[in-house]
Amino acid sequence: MTEPNKVLATFQVNGEPHEVAFVPHKTLLEVLREEMTLTGTKHGCELGECGTCTVQVDGTPVLSCLVLAVDAVGKNVQTVEGLACGSDLAPLQDCMADLGAAQCGYCTPGILMAADALLKDNVRPTRDEIKEALAGNLCRCTGYLKIFEAIELAAARMRGEDAEPSKESIYGS
Amino acid sequence: MALENPNTVSPKDRDDAPWQHDKKKGELEHIGKPIRKVDARSKVSGLTQFADDLTMPRMLHMKLLRSTMAHAELAHIDTSKAAALPGVKGILTGKDMPTPFGILPVSQDEHALCPDHVRFVGDPIVAIAATEEETAWDACRLVEVDYRELRTIGSIQEAAANDEPRLHDYGVRGNVHRLENLEFGDLEDGFKRADHIREDTFWFEGNTHLPMEQHASLAHFDKDGKLTIWSSTQTPHYLHRALARVLHPLPANRIRVIATPNGGGFGGKSDPFNHEICAAKMSMLTGRPVKVALTREEVFWCHRGRHPVLMRSKIGVSKTGRITALDFHSFLDGGAYGSYGTASTFYTGALQTVTYAVENYHFRGARFFTNKAPCGPKRGHGTVQPRFAMEVQLDKVACDLNIDPAKLRLDNLAPRESVTANYLRIGSMGLAACIEKVVEGSGWNERRGKKEVTKEGRIRGLGIACSSYLSGAGLPIYWNGMPHSGVQLQLDRSGLCTVFCGSTDIGQGSDSVLGWIVGEVLGINPLDIKVVTADTDLTPVDLGSYSSRVTVMTGNAAMQAAERARDIVAKGVAKKLEIPAVRVVFAEGRVFDAEDPDTGMTFQEAVGVAEAQVGTIGTVGSYTPPKSAAKFRGGGVGPSPSYSYSATVVEVEVDPETGIYSVPKVWMAHDIGRALNAAVAMGQIEGSIYMGLGEAMMEEMAYRDRSHKGKRVFLHKIPSMLEYKSPSALEMPDCVTYVVEEPDKNGPFGAKEVGQGPLLPIMPAVANAVFDAVGVRVDENPISFEKVFAAIQAKNEGKDPRYGPAGDETGIPDVNFGESLKIKTPWQGGDGTAWNEPKRTKKAKK
Repeated sequence: MTEPNKVLATFQVNGEPHEVAFVPHKTLLEVLREEMTLTGTKHGCELGECGTCTVQVDGTPVLSCLVLAVDAVGKNVQTVEGLACGSDLAPLQDCMADLGAAQCGYCTPGILMAADALLKDNVRPTRDEIKEALAGNLCRCTGYLKIFEAIELAAARMRGEDAEPSKESIYGS
Repeated sequence: MALENPNTVSPKDRDDAPWQHDKKKGELEHIGKPIRKVDARSKVSGLTQFADDLTMPRMLHMKLLRSTMAHAELAHIDTSKAAALPGVKGILTGKDMPTPFGILPVSQDEHALCPDHVRFVGDPIVAIAATEEETAWDACRLVEVDYRELRTIGSIQEAAANDEPRLHDYGVRGNVHRLENLEFGDLEDGFKRADHIREDTFWFEGNTHLPMEQHASLAHFDKDGKLTIWSSTQTPHYLHRALARVLHPLPANRIRVIATPNGGGFGGKSDPFNHEICAAKMSMLTGRPVKVALTREEVFWCHRGRHPVLMRSKIGVSKTGRITALDFHSFLDGGAYGSYGTASTFYTGALQTVTYAVENYHFRGARFFTNKAPCGPKRGHGTVQPRFAMEVQLDKVACDLNIDPAKLRLDNLAPRESVTANYLRIGSMGLAACIEKVVEGSGWNERRGKKEVTKEGRIRGLGIACSSYLSGAGLPIYWNGMPHSGVQLQLDRSGLCTVFCGSTDIGQGSDSVLGWIVGEVLGINPLDIKVVTADTDLTPVDLGSYSSRVTVMTGNAAMQAAERARDIVAKGVAKKLEIPAVRVVFAEGRVFDAEDPDTGMTFQEAVGVAEAQVGTIGTVGSYTPPKSAAKFRGGGVGPSPSYSYSATVVEVEVDPETGIYSVPKVWMAHDIGRALNAAVAMGQIEGSIYMGLGEAMMEEMAYRDRSHKGKRVFLHKIPSMLEYKSPSALEMPDCVTYVVEEPDKNGPFGAKEVGQGPLLPIMPAVANAVFDAVGVRVDENPISFEKVFAAIQAKNEGKDPRYGPAGDETGIPDVNFGESLKIKTPWQGGDGTAWNEPKRTKKAKK
């Protein structure tokens, strides 16, 4: 059981180069969390079942627990840490915060990365398109509704609309 | 002039307190508003640090070797090969931690590592720490365990029938852990006066919490000989106690437990766990920080989820549907250990009376030990299964008597401000309003029973159900007379208010509750308040985030601390402004004269003024629930400062050929006294609906019972997230949610529990909706498609159109419950004691 030789590689993560040495069977999830201390990306199963570890590779949401780190070398990796602009939250983050769409917050980074990828492709997603985009991200706290509403609100605001959440979604019917 | 110390005088009557002047603010400033949670920003930034996000220099990784046998004695454990593996730094076995522990004092039946007896597949045997996580795994595989296999006890029926081999050497007898038998009122008379009696049998399969975060802990025994453990626990105080017990002679005051934000709990992180104690011991052994992060499979082994419960219910009603008597039996499959099981057993009988007035009530509950992962508290703890039984049975009663099921419920409501047959004190009770809301919203009166057919050929049905739930348990888990929640508050001349409390944020927003309440009382922005929680070194004890206790208990403690702080500052400002203290108002970040709002100062200046007069400002608040009216043995489970209420109507569309159904829409009304935060309360309710639908439609913690080469193989069916089905975004229906606010005098600003109660009525409402659609009864949960299909088939063949357990001796185990404790109801002139109870020796208070 000798430790395999480490490889040295440079990753582009959130637009910054990260040079890391890692054993080649490590997943992107492990390298992000353990070698780059980007612990914003979470794990819920490490088997590709829960969506918690979702990051974007070249703009596409992927399960970082199923991607070998070596396969992400030379590609643009985007994690939750890269969403905010300086200390300003992205509209999606703001809307999630305002609506209480992050309860325990553990699935939130993965949901944000899946939703962010959706909104890059589709500025006006329907509720069904949002559900489809998040079908691989489990959340046990919210029942998803506040997440859907936050994505819809963020989409509207990103389109420049002066959108507010509905009264029913906040105070009930 | 020195001011009196507000902490040593009794809290002032609210009518005299300056608080009354806050009415001049008009509406409440922060309470009820949809403001952000205090931790919202860090959560949406990915900056919240969960236990597994923490690392330390020189940190070791620990893994547990777990039993591969369901039931066995440990003949021999050989760790020599593992110890020889390079990188291995420490190995622990059961003999290193011989003291048993457990969450309840009456069931200290777990060991950090099994010394000689394993009771389920997953029971931990050896802990190994190494420099690399993979090395620790490899080392575990090198351990040789010699098992001496014992017969497996796989079910309630097997446990009832087989006293040997025993899982534990305590309990009632054999594998019977608990037997409870409580009789309130005159059952014989109740049934005699009934015009209609029916008996039904129900089965509720177990299910698990499935929090997104896998449990993790980091322990560090530092150079000063003090232990710190960061852990994903809902109950840092109870973990602290368990550590002090097992790690003796390390004194409790050298142990610090920090509960990291929980990535979901739902009750599943409420017990002290093996891995936590092992990490602590391992750090003491190696002198290095030790982290343990469980795999998803191990989370299934930790379990403590919903008990599988078999139930037999006999109900008597008058012609008009009024309940005259209820005779309820529950049989709980407890799994391998006690956990919260004693409380769970009582909870299967406690809250039936809080929703509907039950005139005469007999409850018998039995809990059994089986060779499965231990069951414990999951959202709705123990009250979920009987609620399923009761709400489905009431639907049948309504059908028998040809009464609208909604009306039947309205006619039976337990009255507000009353005491139930089993001596639970109800305060505010908004269930009538809840029922009316969902009936109106769903078009119940027009649409029920219409069997509308969708264009896909599916048949629509509507089902109704209700529930009640606790706002925290009235008694602590261990016998003591101390407060259930403590809050400490510090005001700084910078204008900073820091709140210290032992409560644990598991995502429900308990940190924010502290901020909202203190912010409202002091008239400052909750997001400006610093909240420090769940750290046994820094924060006063709070019993933990379980049984929906935090809003009421922590909230009241926070309110008391904040009011005391406000009194100090008000007196200081009053002196400076030369006005009576009662005229001082705290609002919008200012402290001012109610009669001349322009005369005043900022909150920061006000703190400075008061600090100059009285010195450093700090206050405390604490909360102890009201004394229970129940004085009989077993009366400790069920009392609560207040009860929340929920009513739901669920719509289903059932394919009459296949039994496959969907839930397109849910209407839910929840009486929570008062919403401390509108959006967050909504999120709790929606989360309950979601989790309830998961339980109703797909979630089950089932076991595979097979034979292999002539041997019985007893395994968890589905220890993975892919196979343990839970609803995805695609399955979540449209929800119409109503927040009903009937303020309760025991709650801060009238608030009660939010977010456990609305889970309960979902499962029975689904079952009742399936009946409304296709006329078949599924008396089992989950109400899976194949069961609906089987019931439809039975109906088509002219048999009983039902799927469920048999009500005869083939289904119900033969258990002798012994003589009941007999308690006169309040309306019989009872005083809350059992007239035939043997004298109890009074336990000494610790």
